[in-house]
Amino acid sequence: MKKRFNLLAVCSLAGIFMAGCNNPSSSNKQSGAMATNAAERVYVAPGEYDEYYGFFSGGFSGQLSVYGLPSGRLFKVIPVFSQDPEKAYGYSEETKPMLMTSHGFIPWDDAHHPDISQTDGELDGRWIFINGNNTPRIARIDLEDFSTAEIIEIPNSAGNHSSSFVTENTEYVVAGTRFSVPVPQRDISIKEYKGNFKGTLSFISVDQKTGDMNLSFQIMMPGFNYDLAHPGRGKSHGWFFFTTYNTEEAHSLLEVNASQNDKDFIAAVNWKKAEEYIKAGKGKKMPTKYAHNKFDNSTHTATSTMKEEVLILDASELPGLVYLLPTPKSPHGCDVDPSGEYIVGNGKLSANLTVHSFDKMLKAIESKQFDGESYGIPILKFEDVLAGVVEQPGLGPLHTEFDDQGNAYTTFFISSEVVKWKLGSWEVIDRKPTYYSVGHLMIPGGNSRKPDGKYLVAMNKITKDRYLPVGPDLNHSAQLYDISGDKMELLLDFPTIGEPHYAAAIKADKIMHKSREIYKLDENKHKYVTKSPADAKVVRNGKEVHVYMTMIRSHFTPDNIEGIKVGDKVYFHVTNLEQDFDVPHGISMLGANTTELLVTPGKTETFVWEPKEVGVWPFYCTDFCSALHQEMQGYVRVSLADSNIELSWSLDDE
Amino acid sequence: MKTSSNVFFLLVMSLGLLVSCNSKADKMAETESIITNERNVKTAEETKTISETEMQKTAEASERIDLENKGVGPVKSLILADIDQKLAAKGQEIFKNMCTACHKPDKKFIGPAPKGILERRSPEWVMNMILNPEVMIKEDPLAEELLKEFNGAPMANQNLKEDEARAVLEYFRTL
Repeated sequence: MKKRFNLLAVCSLAGIFMAGCNNPSSSNKQSGAMATNAAERVYVAPGEYDEYYGFFSGGFSGQLSVYGLPSGRLFKVIPVFSQDPEKAYGYSEETKPMLMTSHGFIPWDDAHHPDISQTDGELDGRWIFINGNNTPRIARIDLEDFSTAEIIEIPNSAGNHSSSFVTENTEYVVAGTRFSVPVPQRDISIKEYKGNFKGTLSFISVDQKTGDMNLSFQIMMPGFNYDLAHPGRGKSHGWFFFTTYNTEEAHSLLEVNASQNDKDFIAAVNWKKAEEYIKAGKGKKMPTKYAHNKFDNSTHTATSTMKEEVLILDASELPGLVYLLPTPKSPHGCDVDPSGEYIVGNGKLSANLTVHSFDKMLKAIESKQFDGESYGIPILKFEDVLAGVVEQPGLGPLHTEFDDQGNAYTTFFISSEVVKWKLGSWEVIDRKPTYYSVGHLMIPGGNSRKPDGKYLVAMNKITKDRYLPVGPDLNHSAQLYDISGDKMELLLDFPTIGEPHYAAAIKADKIMHKSREIYKLDENKHKYVTKSPADAKVVRNGKEVHVYMTMIRSHFTPDNIEGIKVGDKVYFHVTNLEQDFDVPHGISMLGANTTELLVTPGKTETFVWEPKEVGVWPFYCTDFCSALHQEMQGYVRVSLADSNIELSWSLDDE
Repeated sequence: MKTSSNVFFLLVMSLGLLVSCNSKADKMAETESIITNERNVKTAEETKTISETEMQKTAEASERIDLENKGVGPVKSLILADIDQKLAAKGQEIFKNMCTACHKPDKKFIGPAPKGILERRSPEWVMNMILNPEVMIKEDPLAEELLKEFNGAPMANQNLKEDEARAVLEYFRTL
């Protein structure tokens, strides 16, 4: 009896001792994230910086969000294709033209694939491009301002999905149409799809100094669906590869009717050849209509221009421009490895991953052993271009990225996993589950000659039980893996905005030092700038009234205005006189049918107010700017339309 | 009897172990008490400051004369020659664009008037106030008092370059 109790005491003590003192060396042996010091590896201490900027497309939010990696902290949401009341993007008079299209003002789009500009095949951090899928557009975001600098609409396109990937010196950013449509648009029966509907692949040139985009040419292609794309690099620089599906040219119930062919194609486009054809005058000008919108950083104002012509190269008529590489079955992702040799086609309905060889493709083209043609475009023989096959790696492959050690990583939507495999030997090395239904994945620099094989981010469509439930719709998630070892390790997951279709990441030190702090007042060329409170004024021009207003901690000049009448259209042109980093001021007017303005230092922005009732109406600063922020306010007196009260304005009754 | 004492021993031992393992919590408690002490000291200091201020209430900070204090900032020493009218004119222009939102040349506004400032302050102090206001209101006692006198409206850093601040100073000499 006694012995037993003593034994029990010893056992309990040992148990308590082992469980109680959780020293670090023993914790490594436990399972779970805490055990692998995952928390430590993603922890960025308060006041310290992340190692990477991660730019995540917002999908149906239309925006681009900026996260820090590895922490997963959200820094900013850059408005691109959708109005943003927080920053007055698409609401202020200056930014409304950014959302103009040939269909008029469109306040939203479906933002897809961000891609950072490159020089010599490496990310250079000058700009990031992103495509609008619904009303085909490409935006360029300036990485000094972290704001949208330019949006160009893509004509003859519908569902701009295989976009906006750049060539290795950012010569071009591309846009391939997902839907084929009648080109030019016309009133015909949908049943006449076959042969009448066309697809275009657009090449938008980029000015290397200013970043200005120009729709250089479009390649007219058969009426397939063009899904994704990636550029050749290194030895394959000069080529661009696009996946196609619906080579059946079905016009209804595509999930069945576009899944009939054993193989669809990867279209290999020789864009250097395209340039030769253009020089030789083989391009045909075609009338069309598309908007080109630019934001000017000195006038702080966007302009929208309607363009009316595009240069077309017909792939069916110009030999050597495009070749078709047979690829099983309805390939989605089209990814090129860092060396430029391997082109991976992820057949959504295929059991295997197909990898083509660039060298073999060139040889096959040279020997002219074609497997027929489609609308005059030569089809290469599958066996002639095949580099290898990754056998049965998972279910529903979508996208592939690469590290700097000769490995590839592919997402599998149906089996919810990332699979790591070896280029050349095609063997599967590792697989890790995702939570759940992963779409895109991203390795910093993964679409370049020099990927950074440290982290991988998987972007998941379904999050179900991963976070506290918040009603029927849930944010999508991103999951961060450490890929520096042989085995991938899941470190962190964090919710994302909208639906991230792809992301791009770059080392922070490549862009953080050039990030803008202020706009210089003496460089402000806005038409209605007020550079000194002495120049603040209110000007009437018929029923139009222009208020030239300044803001500084913590008052507006003027802050009392009288003589406004019902029926006036009052433009508030507000200049922030601050010249210090991170001191924006806001302004909003009771009853104005628009958003606030959030004016960053040195900038001028405009909102319009159309007062409908007499009275005295207040306005105030919407961004807590100083200890006296609550004092930053003003009044506007509104009188009847036939009143004879003179226009007057003041600050402190002067 | 023997049994119960064994159980007692077990309980005591496990308690001891539990407590000794919790070294992190012990440290936190220590740190907290130190903070509490610091707070006490600071409170005492603040009380002292307030009573001193009350004693000196005869002159507002903006009217007090202190030509020795050079302030805190990049300008360490400055000897003024005759007034350079060209430089003053440049300073006037900069003042108009960068400063008049809060300062009128000869009248109290959001901040004090610069007229006659060099009779009360050293030129170094004035330039440091323009170039380094965030640090000045924390580290220069006079600047700190001025902040209180002017309703807690902190001077904005307008990011003037040193030569621009020098031009503004020259303009102040002409007022």
